[in-house]
Amino acid sequence: MTIGAPSQAPDPTPTDVLATRSTAELIGSGQEGTVMDQARAYLQRVRHGEMGALPAIGGFVVLSIMFAILSPFFLTERNFANLLTQAATLVMLGMALVFVILLGEIDLSAGVTSGLTMCIFVVLVNVNGFNWMLALLIALLTGVAIGTFIGFFVARVGIPSFVVTLGLFLGFQGLELIIIGSGGLYRVQTPEILSIMNANMPVWAGWAMLAVILAVSLGTSLWDRARRTRAGVPNRTIALVWIKLGVILVIGGVVVALLSNDRGTGFKPVSGVPIVVPITLAILWAGTFVLDRTKFGRYIYAVGGNAEAARRAGVKVVLIRWTAFIVCSTLAVISGLFSISKVGSVDAAAGRDIVLSGVAAAVVGGVSLFGGRGRLLHAAIGALVIAVITNGLGLLNLPAGVNYVVTGAVLILAATVDAVSRVRAGGSLTRR
Amino acid sequence: MAEAPIIELTNIVKSFGPVSVLKGVNLRAYPGKVTALVGDNGAGKSTLIKGLAGVQPYDSGEVRFAGEAVHLHSPREASRLGIEVVYQDLALCDNLDIVQNMFLGREELGFGTFDEGLMEREAAETLRQLSVRTVSSVRQKVSSLSGGQRQTVAIARSVLKKAKVVVLDEPTAALGVAQTEQVLELVGRLAEQGVAVILISHNLADVFAVADYISVLYLGQMVASVKAEDTNRDDIVGYITGSKTYNGVQA
Ligand SMILES: Nc1ncnc2c1ncn2[C@@H]1O[C@H](COP(=O)(O)OP(=O)(O)OP(=O)(O)O)[C@@H](O)[C@H]1O
Ligand SMILES: [Mg+2]
Repeated sequence: MTIGAPSQAPDPTPTDVLATRSTAELIGSGQEGTVMDQARAYLQRVRHGEMGALPAIGGFVVLSIMFAILSPFFLTERNFANLLTQAATLVMLGMALVFVILLGEIDLSAGVTSGLTMCIFVVLVNVNGFNWMLALLIALLTGVAIGTFIGFFVARVGIPSFVVTLGLFLGFQGLELIIIGSGGLYRVQTPEILSIMNANMPVWAGWAMLAVILAVSLGTSLWDRARRTRAGVPNRTIALVWIKLGVILVIGGVVVALLSNDRGTGFKPVSGVPIVVPITLAILWAGTFVLDRTKFGRYIYAVGGNAEAARRAGVKVVLIRWTAFIVCSTLAVISGLFSISKVGSVDAAAGRDIVLSGVAAAVVGGVSLFGGRGRLLHAAIGALVIAVITNGLGLLNLPAGVNYVVTGAVLILAATVDAVSRVRAGGSLTRR
Repeated sequence: MAEAPIIELTNIVKSFGPVSVLKGVNLRAYPGKVTALVGDNGAGKSTLIKGLAGVQPYDSGEVRFAGEAVHLHSPREASRLGIEVVYQDLALCDNLDIVQNMFLGREELGFGTFDEGLMEREAAETLRQLSVRTVSSVRQKVSSLSGGQRQTVAIARSVLKKAKVVVLDEPTAALGVAQTEQVLELVGRLAEQGVAVILISHNLADVFAVADYISVLYLGQMVASVKAEDTNRDDIVGYITGSKTYNGVQA
């Protein structure tokens, strides 16, 4: 009937047999092989441009060594705790921004969103005598409302996020001025809020936290493996699980041990992991869980990678975009909370300067501004890099201008790494 | 006609503003058969199948699926009926891997989270079933695949959920000789499995190699629908260019 149609004969020709057999052998899942095979595959991916946070981790290590040599104070327990709390606000804001940057969008108003909601918070508590938890709830809901507003204009109306959020960046500064009053300043009077950045967990709780992290990591790994086994697909060698746990144990152990030493300057001993650390880690974990294991997370990557493909696959692109902006604004409120806890007061300029550092944190950490590539952890690491620069240069008593110059240079370097690796990941193809 | 068509489009009309792209088009597709849809650039082929996919609904006309009138207003509705489309501009996400792309929009969940193992196995099985030989790992990122491999993934994606109708929009346009051969083989295998395949192609050699029926679209009108064995290349070229008119029985 048709010319050259595939043979319908039931007896397979020799080549067919060969094809089926080699197919069975050839289609792998990338899970096979020893630790060495996996390491080689990983190196391969890195060479093809999937560098993730590697450059940022490298930068962090190099900068730390440099500052440790240049300043005797850099490697002290006290400075280490300082560094963590200095970084926390930026870590949070960077993670917030990841949700929209993954879509190839931007939220320039995230910083002033954090500032504005904190203005509302502090005025509600200080002036109107609200219970702080109620005020916090209102601040968070305001964040949700702001995200909904941005999402409407970006996802629904189709205005570029750059424009919408630039408008809000200006507008919210005005609202802050109106709420706080020019030159006004409110002290944060809520001990619970102040303790986020200024109080520490008992020493035992730090170790307990590490134990929980290890247990959760081991639990999810084993759970994933059991699930894969049930589905009948190969697992990576179990050695990788132990290696991962080992890395967490060593890094986490060093951090907790350092923070468990007395770092006080007066007669009162100060020790323990700052309270902000477990809060940040919990949000990092939850966000990563959503991005990696749920439809919402997967669709954020899909829309960021190819929105039209996602739409044709039945993904509700408008809804995903919209929701991502809501998540971003809401997490920005938490970053604002960290900020006022550290600073101890709120003025009309709250959150004005931080947003570009937040974007820089994400990009330095390896989140692609082109969308579709990056993880929350990357933004957190990027924020640490930027915090190390600020912290280290501060210790060296260099003029403040140097800080901006160095951070800017690091950002451009990171963006270059991103662009170059994107080209490599695309291979010789002209498609993105 | 021995077998009932699974897809029957009648009097389909679609315009973009003042531009009338489809002017009352009829098309049928049969289970286990390859129906080629040919026509010059801009004839309206892609527009016709975008309506079938629910991506770009028709203005008017009747769509029957397995004898029942249906309305296709979203990709989900089409997908629920078992209509899958592989687009001309391959709709894949470069930043996701093969499994993630094949399951995009219909991920397997267990306990509210992805059952990656299950998806991985089904993806590998589908590729194996289609005798795909060219991908080494189902966890490869699509950005690292060649054009033919992408086409393969896109087709496998459509097969994955036991599609009843698979539409392929110029699947071989960007491919080399060997990869074209592989994709055509894949098309034949789809039909063998009882799928109704609608194949859009400009390459008449490809069309005659795999098609059972050939429908020719000319400036938004279906000018011929014939059995491949009852026609020849010259006639089809004539219908496509409008230099010949068909006056036989519509197949
Ligand atoms: N969204 C749109 N808006 C306006 N006109 C459109 C739109 N989509 C398609 N058209 C027009 O409809 C006509 C048919 O386009 P279509 O893509 O269906 O052609 P085709 O047969 O698939 O062509 P090709 O072989 O080049 O892929 C063209 O003239 C095109 O310009
Ligand atoms: Mg077309």
